[in-house]
Amino acid sequence: MATTKSHPAADAANSTPKKTVKMPYGVPGYTLQDVERQVPTTEPPVLPVNADLEYIGKSPKRWDAHAKVSGSGRYTADIQLPGMLYAKFASSNVPHAKVVSIDTSAAEKVPGVKGVFVIENLLGGARLLNPSLEVSRYPIVRYAGQPIAAVAATQPHIAEEAALLVKVQYAPKPFVVDMEMARQSDAPPVFPGPANQGGSAGGGGGASDVPQTGNIHGPAVHKRGDAEQGFKDADFIVESKYTTQVQVHNALETHGVVADWKPDLLTVWASTQGTASVREELASFFKLPKSQVRVITEFMGGGFGAKFGPGNPGVVAAALSKQTGAPVRLMLDRKEEQLSVGNRPSSDQTLKIGAKKDGTLTAIQLISFGTAGCGTGAGCAGPATNLYQSASLHTEENDVFINAGPAAAFRAPGHPQGAFALEQTIDEMAEKLNMQPLEFRDKIDANPVRRVERQIIRESALWKSRNPVPNADRGPIKRGVGLSQSVWYRHIEMDSAAEVRVHRDGSVEVLSAVQDIGTGIKTVMAQILSEQFGVPPQQVSVKIGDTNYPVGPNSGGSVTTASLTPAVRDAAWQAAQKFLVSVAPALGTTPDDLVLTKGEVHSKSGHMQPIGFRRAAAKMDTSEVSAQARRVPDYDPKHYDTYGGVDVAEIEVDTEMGIIHVKRFFAVHDCGRPMNPSQVINQINGGLIQGTSYALYENRLLDPTYGLMVNANLDQYKIAGARDIPQLHVQLVESYIGQSSTDASGIGEAAGIISAAAAIGNAFYNATGVRIRSTPMTPAVVLETLSKAPQRSNA
Amino acid sequence: MSGPKFPPQADDPSSFATQSSDATETSQANDRPATKGITRRGFLKGAGVAAAGTALLEGAQVFTREAVAATRREHDGVKEFGPGAIPVALLVNGKEHTLQIEPRTTLADALRVHLGMTGTKVVCDRGPCSGCTVLMDDMPVNSCMTLAMDAIGHQVTTIEGLQSEGELHPVQAAFVKHDAMQCGFCTPGMVMTCSALLKKNSHPTEDDVRQATAGNLCRCGTYPRIFAATLEAAGVSGKESIRNA
Repeated sequence: MATTKSHPAADAANSTPKKTVKMPYGVPGYTLQDVERQVPTTEPPVLPVNADLEYIGKSPKRWDAHAKVSGSGRYTADIQLPGMLYAKFASSNVPHAKVVSIDTSAAEKVPGVKGVFVIENLLGGARLLNPSLEVSRYPIVRYAGQPIAAVAATQPHIAEEAALLVKVQYAPKPFVVDMEMARQSDAPPVFPGPANQGGSAGGGGGASDVPQTGNIHGPAVHKRGDAEQGFKDADFIVESKYTTQVQVHNALETHGVVADWKPDLLTVWASTQGTASVREELASFFKLPKSQVRVITEFMGGGFGAKFGPGNPGVVAAALSKQTGAPVRLMLDRKEEQLSVGNRPSSDQTLKIGAKKDGTLTAIQLISFGTAGCGTGAGCAGPATNLYQSASLHTEENDVFINAGPAAAFRAPGHPQGAFALEQTIDEMAEKLNMQPLEFRDKIDANPVRRVERQIIRESALWKSRNPVPNADRGPIKRGVGLSQSVWYRHIEMDSAAEVRVHRDGSVEVLSAVQDIGTGIKTVMAQILSEQFGVPPQQVSVKIGDTNYPVGPNSGGSVTTASLTPAVRDAAWQAAQKFLVSVAPALGTTPDDLVLTKGEVHSKSGHMQPIGFRRAAAKMDTSEVSAQARRVPDYDPKHYDTYGGVDVAEIEVDTEMGIIHVKRFFAVHDCGRPMNPSQVINQINGGLIQGTSYALYENRLLDPTYGLMVNANLDQYKIAGARDIPQLHVQLVESYIGQSSTDASGIGEAAGIISAAAAIGNAFYNATGVRIRSTPMTPAVVLETLSKAPQRSNA
Repeated sequence: MSGPKFPPQADDPSSFATQSSDATETSQANDRPATKGITRRGFLKGAGVAAAGTALLEGAQVFTREAVAATRREHDGVKEFGPGAIPVALLVNGKEHTLQIEPRTTLADALRVHLGMTGTKVVCDRGPCSGCTVLMDDMPVNSCMTLAMDAIGHQVTTIEGLQSEGELHPVQAAFVKHDAMQCGFCTPGMVMTCSALLKKNSHPTEDDVRQATAGNLCRCGTYPRIFAATLEAAGVSGKESIRNA
């Protein structure tokens, strides 16, 4: 999610009638107080803090846990329709070429092959501003693994074999897959002129109004205050260079769809983070009315930012279904997944900060280069811009084109890279100032929630066990403890709606097109209805992941819970009011006299004894009442919140073998009102693990001789596994912000992925007295780092 | 990949899968005829499969397919199957199914495509993720690297067959209780691996669980919950409280 996404305008809300309410604000046990807000009169009563609620803020079991542990959950990869064909891409095996001709005749002749489709309009990657610089019938091949055509056949292996028979004649072009080489003035150009890429619903993409010189697209310059003056005012300046690698998403379920093109309706099962984005883009691509495109995502096997819109698999499967008259499944294989549908860009950052003797941060300057392959989006200035906002700022972000698959938004785009450099530099400055890491951050970070989090860290046994003197261990295995902060932003997707239905039998259901990408929104939606109607979550019917239901947000940038839950609660509240209208005559009173709370209908006047919700429902004067609500704007949109956390890593560095063992994390995080703390902690665990994996292991390797990825699989692309991961201790900080009827926020991005590598870096310094400035911190990098450092005697 | 993840080998010498699994890298050349590309399926298809076969390559001499088959027929009276579909009887979750499948069909495809049992997930299709783990007898195997024919005569248990009389297996129930999942795509494989561990070792330590699941990849990072759930299912309490909020 681009950090510049506009906040919902206050104006939209100003026209509706308002009431004044008091809401909890701050952190219980630290800063909790009441705050007054003007909210639409249609809003439900203010929710108290979690401690006073029955279902919200508790951790009932995951709503679809049974389906997931029993194998009955149907993912896109599991969809089988009568007569369904299996499609397979034929992809380029060269990194840069003009396609001269494509001969599909041999593939078409294979028994069982029902259709062949040649791609003429490729999605993904940057596009030339002036397409006439490249005249070609077929898309120019800019990376090995770029899809060129696809075959649909009755069996998967027939499609695989036929795809190999698609004959492509290439006119090869010189290529470059190494970012340093691509930056040289004589490097082969990936594009013959300026090229831009838009972001997806999940963010990513880069600046479009920037210069382009050779393969360097940028700089995108941002300033706050006068950084030059800030450095003049500084007593100390720290400047260093940091590099990070390309990380591949590798969600376990690959990208793919099952498309069923019928004359009046295109139905697409998609492994996506956005049913809305898939519907929107398919309708646009095929010039269909949106009402004739239906997208279904009941279960999906992970996305991490890379799964928005139909992409090439989606449009090609739909086209093949239209061509053959049969449903078509196109799921990528693991190699295609790693080559063609996204990655986290690399970075090469030169970061300079200045501070006064008293610890005032005066200036931050970041010059970054990074490659998003043949796309853009390698900017990484988010942390430098937003973590410590008191300093003046100058950032220049550059994308460097290389002949590799385009990047995609990846969990907190740009932030793990940026934090790796910034948080180590902040520690380095603290040492120059003779301040401790927490003390310096207290001085330069005014965010009240981070302050609480630092206090919790300060009092923790793990932080207290840290020896403030670096390189204190005498033996070859050295222990270190270090921390990093993270920051993410409150983004709200206003296209978030839900419908709640109450039936005469006392059953309740909630419907929204939103998809559950593993984060647990189904559970949270059920909890909201439980709180309203007193029905246990497992008895609430949650129907999501289908564009037949009210529009749901695309799940990127941690927007889902923050955006959708207020709509769900508003719909539940409004349905409850309609329910009271419906039962009042049979209860011999007026709706105004009735209130539904904790599963019972009460009479305010004492007209009757409380009656259970289900018994009351039997008295409804219609078989069903329902209400649909959309997201109302945040109550105080001028107040812009960030989320984040402070994470402490404990590591051991084997200075002889070069191996870093991450022993433990203690992580303290906030995300507004935690709706289901267990699910939130599960996500933070996952972020810390993914961040540890990024810090130590993961690396996309491209061979400069042939331009191919040499580890496009899961045996050589190393991801942290069960034996590699640290002990994790997560503490949630409830943080009430007075912004919506649920006051909830998301956690996906802020959940440890941003801070893990930086915390490990700071712990490495604490262990060894040497700064490690490159990821992944493989034994080779560790040993090289240690060997280049000036020899320090052990304490 | 953890130790016990290979297809059974000791008394089952027809496991070719490990010999050819690394060859898929070279299969993407568009300008080559398919028959010359080396894919696992292509390799197996070309080689044919013997029902009670012996090692494919015998001694130092490399035989042609025809020669191997002729030798076998001559010496062992072994029948050669394929490449066309043949009837194969599989015992899955206690029920016998007769499938009409090509001998090269993997167990994963037999389950997912031919039996419609899609609880078993295919993630990497070459071994290192163990998302497709099922039990053959009590041994966890990667069903993407096991030929369906190699499962003949074995009790195959999939995630769909782990419940008994509608009750979740203790490992499944503990996964639910500890929320040992996020997207859920690794969950069936994890559950199968952990249930196999408990059959072998009823009192595992956390290190035992880590060792057993070392080959099972979870990209969402639910491992701490998986360890705790498995220890609880075994009646061993974990080192840390998972519901720590």
